[in-house]
Amino acid sequence: MAKDEFNTGFKLVGTRPNRPDGLDKVTGRARYGADMTMPGMLWGAVVRSPHAHARIKKIDASKALALDGVKAVVTRADFPTGLTGEDWNLQENSMAGDVALYDGHAVAAVAATSALLAQDAAALIEVEYEVLPHVIDVDDAIKPDAPAIRPGSADHSVPEGFPANVVRYIDYGHGDLEAGFAAADLVMEKTYLTEATHQGYIEPQACVGQLGADGKGEMWVCTQGHWFIRQMCSAILGLEVAQLRITASEIGGGFGGKTMVFMEPLSLALSKKAGGRPVKLVMNRAEVLRATGPTASASMDVKIGMTRDGRMTAGKAVFRMQGGAFPGAPVDSALDCAFANYDMPAVYHEGFDVLANRPKAAAYRAPGSPMAAFAVESLVDEMCRELGLDPIDTRLKNAAREGTKASYGPTYNKIGLVETLEAVKSHPNYAEPLGPNQGRGVASGFWFNYNGDTAVSMAIAEDGTAQVSVGTPDIGGSRASLAMMVGETLGVPYEHVRVNVVETGALGINEPTHGSRATFATGKAAVVATEQAIAEMCRRAAAEWDIDPDAVEWIDGSAQPAGPNAGKFPPMKIGEIAGKMSTTGGPIAGHYEGFPDGVGVSFGTHVVDVEVDPETGHTKILRYLVAQDAGRAIHPAYVEGQFQGGAVQGIGWALNEEYVYGEDGRLQNATFLDYRVPVASDLPKIDTVIVEVPNPGHPYGVRGVGETGIAPPLPAIANAVAAATGQRLRHLPMTPVKVLEAIQAGQDG
Amino acid sequence: MVEINLWSGLRRFTDGELVVEVEADTIGKALDALIEKYPGLAPVIEAGISVAVDGEITTAGRNIPVRPDSEVYLMRRLKGG
Repeated sequence: MAKDEFNTGFKLVGTRPNRPDGLDKVTGRARYGADMTMPGMLWGAVVRSPHAHARIKKIDASKALALDGVKAVVTRADFPTGLTGEDWNLQENSMAGDVALYDGHAVAAVAATSALLAQDAAALIEVEYEVLPHVIDVDDAIKPDAPAIRPGSADHSVPEGFPANVVRYIDYGHGDLEAGFAAADLVMEKTYLTEATHQGYIEPQACVGQLGADGKGEMWVCTQGHWFIRQMCSAILGLEVAQLRITASEIGGGFGGKTMVFMEPLSLALSKKAGGRPVKLVMNRAEVLRATGPTASASMDVKIGMTRDGRMTAGKAVFRMQGGAFPGAPVDSALDCAFANYDMPAVYHEGFDVLANRPKAAAYRAPGSPMAAFAVESLVDEMCRELGLDPIDTRLKNAAREGTKASYGPTYNKIGLVETLEAVKSHPNYAEPLGPNQGRGVASGFWFNYNGDTAVSMAIAEDGTAQVSVGTPDIGGSRASLAMMVGETLGVPYEHVRVNVVETGALGINEPTHGSRATFATGKAAVVATEQAIAEMCRRAAAEWDIDPDAVEWIDGSAQPAGPNAGKFPPMKIGEIAGKMSTTGGPIAGHYEGFPDGVGVSFGTHVVDVEVDPETGHTKILRYLVAQDAGRAIHPAYVEGQFQGGAVQGIGWALNEEYVYGEDGRLQNATFLDYRVPVASDLPKIDTVIVEVPNPGHPYGVRGVGETGIAPPLPAIANAVAAATGQRLRHLPMTPVKVLEAIQAGQDG
Repeated sequence: MVEINLWSGLRRFTDGELVVEVEADTIGKALDALIEKYPGLAPVIEAGISVAVDGEITTAGRNIPVRPDSEVYLMRRLKGG
């Protein structure tokens, strides 16, 4: 049973203690990816393709190698052959083979005794290209006559006769679609477009890799998941997995983008070729934008039927997404999220994963959900306006609840969408009067959340404090939430628990911090491990009292007889038990290895007020409200931070951020000056409401909270801009130029 | 027997069936039985899928039990950010 259902009198859960990494981060003591230096270390630099699509005819590194201090050059010829599936994709993306597939694709790498020398050497590596036709836009790439980017990449799902760049195809649904549309009073169908956006983490990719001729290696790396780094590097380089030890540094943001490898295998390959000397590689911002995963761009057709009183009768979504020159656009999860908010009798989904000459897409916060939300929640808003319906009441009328058959198939357990809608409806922001050129938008969003391979160990120290070893890097405050759950379970103060993110040699495999899983899955595992340690401490006390271990219970950090029949003994505190553990049986510890079950999905609803300048087209965010179901907020300040962070990234996606390519297929805005993420002056205070519908699958009711918050902002802002201007923009981002054009033309954009 | 709900794109591998009954008491046995019954599903399942049992989605857990009255859905493999 979830602790939540019988105990809400928590001492730590729900409080807001200081973050355990706070001092390190404000004093500069925290060690990030680029902070590692090792004796004998070399510096690496990467030669990247200036072409969107080009055959590599010849690579001549002789001039580079002739420089004093240049120790190694690697090309694809230094990598093993014969890889298949995603291993092949990752190897191809790390280092181009015969063909460079996008602007920024790595074609060679060099290691030298200084960073400047490595860059000079890279400039001396001569690459002869034969430029090939390229394609950038997803709707162009899916055309039958588009340049075929990687023939043979399509999987079993693609029927014969599909265009060459379609590599995955999905179709599913339930109910009678035609009957659903026939029962509607209004059927609308529109096309919506979103551009590729980058995760925009502040810290670029950085690592120091070392690999000897004996196949043993180490790496220090900025990542969301070092076991993934180990597995991927091993596959790409043909190494035995356990011979690599990977240590995760502190991380300056990831948002999904640091769940895969980019240049990490190159540092190991260079190190091996340089006689085992460590090689440091640090990307600059242009490399991050050109060559690490942004998310997909999308072209989406959505059709919905609605009755006059706002009941949704049927929905159809056809999504085309490009995820770069490799399979992996999140079209499947986008489709799953498209109608997930709603209880609809009939839905149909069709999706195309399409190749284009762009970098390999990586996960980005609720992959696919923001695009889907933009399309579906915009159309719902358009239909509400057409029918004169209130957007929140209409959503409440159709909202998925416990027992609803989800649009993606299964039946929902306990969920909190209705509660988020009711929370925003009763919030003061929703009653604020609006002035000229101002508009209000509402939208909801969904994310599954996820569990994944998880290994945790916890141990009691000699003084009764506790250490917890986890494999999920702390990107959003998980060390605090884990310490709080362990402290709550153990009955000790928060400060008595230290959570360490440990290297791959210390635990069984762990999936990254992704899928909003760290507080849910690692937390559940840590609670299980703690309960094992508690059981052992009860056994130690029972042995000293000479009573049955079952007659001992754990209360407030002490072993106590479980009632008068168990005997009369004073509580034995954790410090006392720990202090003599060496003489009572040795170390006291607990551990968990498994796949924590009980994931609870999460919904959120956002309300945004904007003001659009009719002379410039600039959109100003006046007020922003996030209400999201957290299940149970372990550390409310961190939960609010996740809500606010998701909203801010969504605001950037909606208004400014996009990959801009020239006719030559080269990225035109590979700096943060030209790729504009929101800055503080763009933003109002993001108001938050933490809705708590506890997840019965977690001992403290936790759902993931990290991802859902990025889905609603795209449509909420589009709906607000439509309300402010009278024009509907169906192509993100809604830059001032696009908004102004729509206003001046009096037409939707 | 337990009913496995497939996504409709898999119909071409299952003679048009969207709901397939198999003899199984775990997810793993159910997947094995599906492949035995419809070999065309092998690459789909081997490429990685998620399974929802009574509303809860998992990407692994071959040992997770299923009962005759369990609601089981095959889904595309989930990833997170």
